[in-house]
Amino acid sequence: MPAIKSLDELRRVREEALQKKQMKATPGNVQVIVAMGTCGIAAGARDTMKSVLNFIETEKVSGVTVTQTGCIGLCEQEPIVEVMLGDQPKVIYGKVDAHVAQKIMKQHVQNGQPVRENIIHI
Amino acid sequence: MREIALHLLDIAENSAAAQSRNIIIDVHEDLYNDVLCACVIDDGCGMDSTMAQNVQDPFYTTRTTRNVGLGIPLFKLAAEMAEGRFSLVSEPGIGTRVEAAFRHSHIDRMPLGDLSSTFLTVLISHPKIHWQFFYRVTDANGGSHEFRFDDAELKTELGDMSLTEPEILTFVRGMIEEGIEELALTVNSLDYKGENDARN
Repeated sequence: MPAIKSLDELRRVREEALQKKQMKATPGNVQVIVAMGTCGIAAGARDTMKSVLNFIETEKVSGVTVTQTGCIGLCEQEPIVEVMLGDQPKVIYGKVDAHVAQKIMKQHVQNGQPVRENIIHI
Repeated sequence: MREIALHLLDIAENSAAAQSRNIIIDVHEDLYNDVLCACVIDDGCGMDSTMAQNVQDPFYTTRTTRNVGLGIPLFKLAAEMAEGRFSLVSEPGIGTRVEAAFRHSHIDRMPLGDLSSTFLTVLISHPKIHWQFFYRVTDANGGSHEFRFDDAELKTELGDMSLTEPEILTFVRGMIEEGIEELALTVNSLDYKGENDARN
């Protein structure tokens, strides 16, 4: 039997997360969307996703929804990441490798400053 | 694609797009029979037989932005390059099962790759889908070992708490990574023992 973490432990972790979330609720809805079409995956979208999740874990960023979308027809720009902060217009980023993903999370998601050099204008 | 795990991610994304409620990803490394089998089973909208045939053609796609679709043909090609076989069975309204088998020891067999990242990615990106992950290994002596992950209990326990809260993320990632690592360790230690036996 592998050392699968127990449900009791999960309950404890959930309580902790809930308390922390209530303490510093992020203003508005924050969404990070990684494009996961065949083109995105082939270009490294899974590493991009991993990097986003890694940032959330290490920096303990609460209240971010991470999700996916399919191919949006800009395959040459993959991996593509979209960021939505509250009711601000969606920002689309191209060529987001693990490193750029960290930058987007820090500058844009945490501090509200878009990473200009990777924005795709359509 | 450089890994079978990446193909699985791609195929599972198809399943998610087909409005599936339940998706199973099943990987079986059978060292005893020298087969690596990777399979995605869903209960999504399914396809009729014409479409099931068409999607295996690289010049077919349902997309309107371009007129090629490479996901399934690439997976099929990868299997066939390694003396394997590919099957796609689908029924409208019932679901789809995509299975690629490879000769495990074939020199052109793509590496299995980072299964835990693939599992974690689909689990996080599609929180409303019920996911089950199986990773089974049959060792060279025929003994079987397995890692099973079913997100049902986890999600009941979490309620409306998001999987992307940092503490939860650490917990879930740990669950998947440790489970798979442990399985790999068990199997590797057996292999190693086998080699020693042969030398003595």
